[in-house]
Amino acid sequence: MVQRISLAHGEGGELTHQLIQDIFIQSFGHSEQTKLDSAVLTIPSQTIAVTTDSYVVKPIFFPGGNIGKLAITGTVNDLAVSGAIPHVITAGFIIEEGFPINSLKEIVNTMAGEAERAGVRIIAGDTKVVEKGSVDGLFINTTGIGVMQEQHRLKPEIVQEGDSVIISGTIGDHGVAILSARNELGLLTDVRSDCASLNLLIHELLEEIKGIRIMRDPTRGGLATTLVELCEDFRFTVEMDEASIPVRKEVQGACDILGYDPIYLANEGKVVIIVDSNEEQKVLAILKNYEMGKNASVIGQITSCHVQTGKLLIKTTVGTTRRLNRLSGQLLPRIC
Amino acid sequence: MANMDLFSEPTLTRDSVEAVIDLAKRFKEEKGRIPVFMEVCGSHTMALAKTGIKTRLKDYVQLIAGPGCPVCVTDQKSIDAMIQLSEEPNTILCTFGDMMRVPGSKSTLMKAKTGGKDIRVVYSPLDSVKIAEKNPDKEVIFLGIGFETTIPILALAVREASSKELKNYSIWMTTKLVEPVLRALLSSGEVKLDGFLLPGHVSVVLGKQNYRYLAEEFNISGAITGFEPVQLLSGIYKLIHLQLEKKVEIINDYTYVVSDKGNVVAQSLIEEYLEADDEAWRGIGTIPKSGLVLKEEYSQHDAKKKFNISIGEPRVTKCRCGEIVRGLITPEECVLFNKGCTPAHPIGPCMVSTEGTCSAHYQFMRGE
Repeated sequence: MVQRISLAHGEGGELTHQLIQDIFIQSFGHSEQTKLDSAVLTIPSQTIAVTTDSYVVKPIFFPGGNIGKLAITGTVNDLAVSGAIPHVITAGFIIEEGFPINSLKEIVNTMAGEAERAGVRIIAGDTKVVEKGSVDGLFINTTGIGVMQEQHRLKPEIVQEGDSVIISGTIGDHGVAILSARNELGLLTDVRSDCASLNLLIHELLEEIKGIRIMRDPTRGGLATTLVELCEDFRFTVEMDEASIPVRKEVQGACDILGYDPIYLANEGKVVIIVDSNEEQKVLAILKNYEMGKNASVIGQITSCHVQTGKLLIKTTVGTTRRLNRLSGQLLPRIC
Repeated sequence: MANMDLFSEPTLTRDSVEAVIDLAKRFKEEKGRIPVFMEVCGSHTMALAKTGIKTRLKDYVQLIAGPGCPVCVTDQKSIDAMIQLSEEPNTILCTFGDMMRVPGSKSTLMKAKTGGKDIRVVYSPLDSVKIAEKNPDKEVIFLGIGFETTIPILALAVREASSKELKNYSIWMTTKLVEPVLRALLSSGEVKLDGFLLPGHVSVVLGKQNYRYLAEEFNISGAITGFEPVQLLSGIYKLIHLQLEKKVEIINDYTYVVSDKGNVVAQSLIEEYLEADDEAWRGIGTIPKSGLVLKEEYSQHDAKKKFNISIGEPRVTKCRCGEIVRGLITPEECVLFNKGCTPAHPIGPCMVSTEGTCSAHYQFMRGE
């Protein structure tokens, strides 16, 4: 008999207590913090970074991860690309009545494992149970707090012409993994989500490379949308070289069939780095030391700065240049 | 099996571009004008725009988008009827994603879905049969738009539904055939062409031999090509070459997937379940026998017979999709393009579909 979450698990009584003891405290090991209504902690810095995010991925389990892993890696990465060292995370769970308790355990264990790998502590949580149909299985909301270090502060204001744009690996893996896990494609791929915590890799980069201007993790909207936003926010122009963008064959194949473009598909374990071109090879060398960075590649350059409207351009293999825009509307499959 | 990487390899691509430009220059020296070709297929339109080929060749070869985007050539009245279908009580409407944001006179499927209607995007019509199986108390309707590439799968869906005796499954058929529309275009004499880039996917089903009428009756060449840069350029090169040699031929430049006879299994599926009927095309009007409908014996799966949909006259806009699908104007010549009409707020289907000419221009060729 499968044990399932019932509405009583969310009533705040005995069952709630058991759920928190048996699942959350056992995995997260935050029993001291749970004795108070707030977790009380000392932060080793005057400047902190705070980020919050909600996770509603469908399906909850997918090749390469699950919603829990995504919640930790996503939060860790948001802090890390801002130049912060991820410190603590809180997690709120909204669970649909009937959700299998074993699945919840597996998700929570994954979160604990990923948090340990990334060196962050999960210090506070919340659980709500809602009636069947009110949410789709399980949603997680997280807040992450990171510690800023002055020597790691990013310097978008000193971006200059000739700076290099680097991506840490192949793009679109997460998007295709999720699409195929939804089983809607009618095609099987063994593409796994790239979801991974990038903080250790980013920390090494920030320690070793002084010329890093900006970093972003190209999640929803993909590489193109992320770069368009950077171009507009900081008013520079990036020219990407189409042939140098790393894409797995399986990802390109799935995109060709479905009418998607990998540069607009989500990534969950990649970072875009804009860096002084004199240091691009050093950055690549560091990235390639990590399994998740082995396909890192220089994909373009900053071609002008302090422009009225920042633009993302792509140089095609036939030698033309065109402008890329944000992802527009939802990605729709082609029919012919 | 061809090595697909080769067809987008940068050096080979650039060399192919230069070869096409050199040959096109010879054409211009001889004839005093640049060659004009039409790509029939919407996926070719997208690929030519995205790879930059259209932009790179614009001073040497004119490439006109043809009527090969299924959503774009669907008559406005037909689109209105499909959106109206979502109002039917107790139904699940299944569709390809492209249809969701196509503007009807009053609404879109996307708005209907947001308003609570059960509308589902599926990747294959066969998925809609499964939905019908799982929901015996609901009417499941699939919006059957598409050319010869899609039509065999619609026939397959009818076969599935029929063998499973699913009384709650039907298809709203508004399919289109390539041959009648090319005949109509050529007979109208509105566009002057030196040849066709013939669709890769449709030709997998039709085979090379189904294009003989182009050469024999209309004295015009065609090249069946794939979708990678080198394949597209090779097709264009061969069409120019035929012109310079003063030859008219149908060339199969996509032999690894397209045969002479085409996919006979798919063809026999079509013959078994479907028959030709008159079909209305956006901007062109009704072309005799230019679509396929379900045969009488399968009429229990024919949504047009099952549901009584009545709609008024379509709302008139300044959208010029009708002229665009006939190759008469470019998107920039429409006053709405990139002003009132953008992918986020489309006025016409050419701006919505992932194969639409306006969408291709907006995404890949704006301001060039």
